[in-house]
This record gives sequence, structure tokens and C-alpha cells, in this order.
Amino acid sequence: MAVKEMLRNVLHELKDPVLHMEGISKTFSSVTVLNNVKIELYPGEVHALMGENGAGKSTFMKILAGIHTPDDNGGQIYLKGKPILWKDPVEARNKGISVIHQELNLSPNLTISENILMGSVFPKNRLGLVKWEEVHNLAQKVLDQMGSNLNPRQLVSTLSVAQQQMVEIARALSFKAEVLIMDEPTASLTDKEIKKLFDIIGDLKKQGVSIVYISHRMEEIFKISNRFTVLRDGEWIASGPIEETNPDHLVKLMVGRDLKDLFNREKPSHPQANGQKAAPVLELRNISDNTIVKNVSLKLFPGEIVGLAGLVGAGRTELVRALFGVSNLKSGEILVGGASVKIQSPIDAIANGIAHVPESRKEQGLFLSMSVKENILMAELKKHSKSGIVSWKEVNAAADSYIKELNIKIASPEQQVSNLSGGNQQKVVIARWLSIAPKVLLLDEPTRGVDIGAKTEIHKIVSGLAEKGMAVLMISSELPEILGVSDRILVMSEGRITGELSREEATQEKIMYLATRGE
Amino acid sequence: MRGNTQTISQKPGFHIGNALNGLWNRLGMIMILILLCVVLSFTAPNFLDTANMLNVLKQVSIIAVLAAGMTIVILTGGIDLSVGSTVALSGVISVMASSAGVNPFVAMLSGVAVGYAVGLINGFFTAKTKLPAFIVTLGSFTYVRGLAYVISGGYPIVLQNETFKFVGGGAIFGIPTPIYIMLFVYVVMFFILKYTMFGRHIYAIGGNEEAARLTGIKVERSLINVYSISGLLAGLGGVVLAGRLYSGQPTAGQMYELDAIAAVILGGTSLTGGKGKIQGTIIGVLIMGVIGNGLTLMDVNFYWQLVVKGAVIVAAVLLDRLRGNSAA
Ligand SMILES: Nc1ncnc2c1ncn2[C@@H]1O[C@H](COP(=O)(O)OP(=O)(O)OP(=O)(O)O)[C@@H](O)[C@H]1O
Ligand SMILES: [Mg+2]
Repeated sequence: MAVKEMLRNVLHELKDPVLHMEGISKTFSSVTVLNNVKIELYPGEVHALMGENGAGKSTFMKILAGIHTPDDNGGQIYLKGKPILWKDPVEARNKGISVIHQELNLSPNLTISENILMGSVFPKNRLGLVKWEEVHNLAQKVLDQMGSNLNPRQLVSTLSVAQQQMVEIARALSFKAEVLIMDEPTASLTDKEIKKLFDIIGDLKKQGVSIVYISHRMEEIFKISNRFTVLRDGEWIASGPIEETNPDHLVKLMVGRDLKDLFNREKPSHPQANGQKAAPVLELRNISDNTIVKNVSLKLFPGEIVGLAGLVGAGRTELVRALFGVSNLKSGEILVGGASVKIQSPIDAIANGIAHVPESRKEQGLFLSMSVKENILMAELKKHSKSGIVSWKEVNAAADSYIKELNIKIASPEQQVSNLSGGNQQKVVIARWLSIAPKVLLLDEPTRGVDIGAKTEIHKIVSGLAEKGMAVLMISSELPEILGVSDRILVMSEGRITGELSREEATQEKIMYLATRGE
Repeated sequence: MRGNTQTISQKPGFHIGNALNGLWNRLGMIMILILLCVVLSFTAPNFLDTANMLNVLKQVSIIAVLAAGMTIVILTGGIDLSVGSTVALSGVISVMASSAGVNPFVAMLSGVAVGYAVGLINGFFTAKTKLPAFIVTLGSFTYVRGLAYVISGGYPIVLQNETFKFVGGGAIFGIPTPIYIMLFVYVVMFFILKYTMFGRHIYAIGGNEEAARLTGIKVERSLINVYSISGLLAGLGGVVLAGRLYSGQPTAGQMYELDAIAAVILGGTSLTGGKGKIQGTIIGVLIMGVIGNGLTLMDVNFYWQLVVKGAVIVAAVLLDRLRGNSAA
């Protein structure tokens, strides 16, 4: 098997690359983001593009897709050996370059079908009217190929983030590409969907499609890639066959120094673990909402991190949103510090010391055209204001300290958040919620799209907050994260809590068993 | 799309063209305003006279006050079509109050208060019912004008009080009173947008309402306040106009809402919300005022003025877009 793989790699070297880029440089308003980087893509390979948040991966691929143009004299793209320069993304697409973008780019008020087939010509009848039946059938075919049971007639606005990601993938697969760029396609998917995606990738490889795969999840990289390229701070660092490296080595190339593996929480020091009796900060009694959540009861104690695991659509996000006052409860009771409270809006939740990092930073978290510092302090402007007048001096100082604490990589605190790399945007949202010093922190996929170094930092920060007495409820689709950080793990399936595992007894298998129990 | 200006400015040597290009990128609409003034100083007699300049400022002052309110409404991603009608209702009511023998200050205040009330109702419906602002304020555009007709009986009401007249037609140190009012409104609005929580929340709501709500910002209350302020400023505009016309007229202020919206857009504020500055709006107001004044001086008739004005609005925004793209 391994020999076969190696043989194939050798063959790659002999074949001509379908596409290569050389000496690519890109400067955004005098900040150099890419400096002389290169990549070679061979037919039928999965090429892992690795690097920390802000290393320039997405920018590099956006140049390949014709979304950005390189600087003057800033390198050249060659398609089958011939130099080319895209006029626009449409031209790149017509030449067989397809992209799954890191940030979701769907039109919420259109159907799944329209989103999937957007940009291609819809089948029309003789009067020039769109034949909707056929449009839906075409979309259905793509969805079937992915093993997805989504209804192509549904509006995208009604979908969860993970489902939207599936639509985004379907769109990229809907036309025949020679080069397929996947920029963190699995960031909000769970194991079940990821498995399907990998099957599809396997098929595409056989068909000779060349795939660029960007992910911060190390296991995935070693499961599916043939070769890798590492970028660091906009520079090309290394490329090679995946067999010539290992996770530690890759991380070292990416970070430029040795880094311990995934963060593993020390022996937790919360009262429960130490056998003391403590009162829960937050208690849910028989909570149901109007969508999926049914009869959920749970207790959160000060100083503990509780992981909330489950498949996509299990109702984890819905539960947390109801708890934060975003959606209404149908029945049940919420107690904070032992007293029953009414939470009808995020304002009520915040007043009760509850903070919430939502799952979709772009739609629910960020003010994209505002500065980094204001994004961080938007929930806490009041603390830095006197009778409604903001003290910018205080805001700047506070923002600086969070930027340092979370190691957010930016040109300046005045920079527009929309220009940050995905992982750094995520850190900005987390920083905002740390700024209100909550008693209960609800995290919905807190490290989605965050690199290993930053992930470790975020885990350390969350862990440190728990040590100081905060109660944390963390949703994550990444089981290693759940296992590494949680003191206790709750598993949800079809809106109910189907089990609880202590840190000691929890394994990936046990979690998956509880998560699929309804099926 | 490529940052050509950037590469040019890195080259050594000085070129007039390059310098202009740089200025253009930095100043944009101000350059258009200056350009217009330069052209008009050659083509329109007496354009640059102090008296004429003061006249331009006086003429734009009411639209300017409305546009200040319109700016914050548009920053939240909304629109307020009712301000022109509110100008009429405020004028009618305040002049009637004055004629009834009420203290002139109280009479003027009543006009402002009526505007505030109209805005409050707009804000309440926009924030609470989630109806589009366009629909809500289209409704008040109509019913407020209707009220102005009903209350006045359809005829202008003559203003007698001298203090009241002074607010619209008087001058202090040779400068017309409305100019002071306009300046005051813009200074206060600049301060609100830049230095208050309310101002920053306006940007946040316009940028991403869902995120604002999840961040614990009181979205509904902010929206109600925004529309109330727009209404209040329209009320103020109505009082000043009545003072200038020496009467409260139910037909006053027609199309003012469109001029205000045009000024805001010329000033670079995005119609989708979250982006824009009050400084831009005043430039937009001045561009519109300068064109109108210049054409009048050049004896162009009013009908043709409308044609030119419309063309200039579209052309200016287009130019500004081009600038935005090349700077990105
Ligand atoms: N339009 C832009 N203007 C200014 N700076 C930008 C722009 N786009 C990206 N950058 C900067 O370029 C750098 C690289 O960003 P990029 O999105 O390519 O990183 P990335 O490797 O994809 O990171 P991540 O893993 O977080 O997605 C970042 O520092 C970012 O702030
Ligand atoms: Mg990226």
C-alpha cells in the first residue's frame, strides 16, 4: 500500500504539473502578505496547504482563483505550462478552477438549488423561462453524490452553518473542475459528513482532479494528502511528499519552533472534581424550544468546562441560543446562582453574567467594516464610557491588552476586521466575550478555523478562566478538542441529552455511540 | 482593481498628475466640490462673492439639517421618507401656535416636538414590527402631509412674530441665523457619531444587526432614537423654513427628503448601512447647493436645473465608486 503510494508520488514528479505558480507576491496597502511563494499541483493529487492563521493561505488561493491579482512583477501562474493571468474569477472558473471558500458565500434568500448552480446557465424552455424542475434535479444529483439528504428546494437562510457548508461544497462540485481548492471545508462539519467528503475526494483523485486542501486539523491532512506546502508569514517554507513529514515536523515548519501537541488540561481544580459540594452557577430544568430541543436538563458548576458533543443537527446550537435568549423557550426553567431567571434576549443573558461566542463569526459575530478594537469592545463600551461618551483612550488600552493576550495578528488595532485572516477574526470574537468577564461562557465551535498554536492558546485561556471560577459550556465538532479540554462531556442526539461521560471514561467511540443512538 | 496609484507614488520624481491623483484618492468628493467651485467661478458671475457664498450656505441650511438626521438613519441601514412632510407639519403647527399668542420660543419648540413625535412613531414601527423602514416612512410621508393640510385648511398661515422670523430670516454679525443652526447641528452630530456609545452602536447595527443583537446592544431602542432624532431635526427644519417664508405652508418641503437622501449618498454613506461619515454629508449638501446656485446665476431655468442636478448626482457617485475601487 505504502509502496503504491510512493510509486504514485514518483510518477507525479515525472508528470507535468497541471498548474503551477511561481514567485507570487501580494501587497495590501503596503503590507506584504505574500512574498515570493510557489506551489506545483499535479493531476490526481491532494496537496495540503499548511500554515498558521494569517500565513497567507487564503490569499494565495484567491490569487489562483482570480479573486486577487498579484503585485506588478509579483509572479506568474502557469496552466499546463502556459503562463496565464485571469481577468476575473469567472475566467478562472471557466478554465477549470473551482473554489470552496473559507467564508460562506451563499445567497440566503435563494433556494439550495439556485445557490449550487449559481454562475452556470440554468436550463431554459423555448420561451426562455427557467425550467425549475430540471434545476432542482441537477442540484439533487450533486447532493446525492455527496450523500446529503438536503432538499434542493429549501431556502438557504433556513440552514445551519454546517448544512450551508455542505451547499458550498456542492456548488464547487457542480461543475467539472481540474483544480479544486478547498479552504477549510470541514471547519464546522462532524465526522459523519467529513467521511463522506473524503470519499468524494477519493473519487475526484481517481478522475485526475488536483485538489488543494487547507485545514488546521492534522489528522485529516495525513489521512488524505499526497504532498504538502507550508507557508509562514507569507513566505514559502517547504514542499514535499507527505511521507517525508509527520505532524510534529509540520507544526515545526509552520510555527518556526517546537510546539507541544494538542492542549491537554491539567488535573482540573474545580470543586466538583475535588469532591467538594458547590452550588451550580447555571441550571437548566426540562428546557424545550420551538424547534428541536426537547426536555434538556443540565447543571454547570463554577470552574468546570463541560463539552457538548453531538452530530450536526443534534440541537446543540439551538440549545445554547435558547439559553442566551436568542430564540424563545417553549417550556422549562433556567436558574442562575440558584434563582430562577427569565432570559428573553441576549441583554437579559448578559445581565445574568452569560456570554456566548456564536458559531458563525461573519453572520453573527463581527462588524466587518469596523475596526478590530471596536469589535473587541463593542459589548463593553459602557464600561469605557462616562454618561454615554466613549473614552477612546481607555478603549485603545483595553483593546491592546486583549490583542496581546490572544496574540491576534493584525497590522494595527484600527484595521478593518474584514481584512483579517479567518482565525484572527475568530480570536476577535472570543476577545469580545472575555471582555465582559462572564460567570458562564457558552462557546459554539470556538476554534473553528483556528490554527494549532492559536487553538492551544485559546484552550489555555479558557482553561485559565475556568480555574478562576468561570463555568464553560463548549460545543465542538472536533472530538480531540472535546476530549482534551472538557472535565465532563454531555452528548446530544435529536434534541435530547443522551448521555454524560466523565473525563476519565470518555473516548471517541463512546461519544460517537451516544451521538448516533437515535439512529 | 490593481493598486496602480500605489505603485505610481512609489516611483521617485514629482508629477502634477500623480499629485492630483493622490489628492483625489484622499479627498474624493471634496475635490469634486472644489472643481465645481472653480468651474463656476469662471462661468457664473459673482459666484465667489462673500454675499453669494453666504447665500449658498443659507439656501442649503435646511436640507443640511434634514440630511444630518438622514445620515444616521441610513447608517443603520434604514431610510426616512417622511422628513419633507414633517417640515410642512412642523411649520404649520408652530406658526399656528405663534398666531394663537403663544410665546415664540414655545411655539417654535412645539414644531420641533411635532417632528420628534413623527420620528418616534416611525422608529417604533420600524423597530418593533420589523416592517421595512421604506414602507413605514412612506406611510408617514403621506399621512403627515395630510395632517398638515387638514390642520391648516390647505392655506398658508401668515407668521407675525418677529422673534420667530429672526430664526429663519435674521442674521447675527452679518451671517444668516440658519447657518449657525446648521453648524451647531453638524458639530453635535459629529460628536455623537464619533464619541458616544449611541453613535458607535449606530454603526454596529448598520454593519450587522444580528451581531449587534447578540452583543447585547439595545437595537430596538437605538433605532427608535435614530428615527426620533431624524424627525426632531425635520421639525427644526420646518421651524426655520417657516421663519424664512414668514408663514407656515402645508405645501412646504416637498421633495426635501429626496434632496437629503441624495446629499447623504453623495457624501459617501453606504445605503446598506454601517459605513459613512457626517463630514461627507455636509460636502454632499454643498455640492447640491453649489450646483443650484451656480446654475441660477448663469440664468439656467429651473426645469433645466433639475435635469443637470440629476445627472450630476449620478456622475459624482459613479466617480466616487471608481475611486473606491482603485484605492482598494
Ligand atoms: N484585503 C486585505 N487587505 C489587507 N490585508 C489583508 C487582506 N486580505 C488578507 N489580509 C492579510 O493577509 C494576511 C494573510 O491572510 P489570509 O487570509 O491569507 O491568511 P490564512 O493563511 O488564510 O489564515 P487562516 O488560517 O486564519 O484562514 C493576514 O494578516 C490578513 O490580515
Ligand atoms: Mg484562510
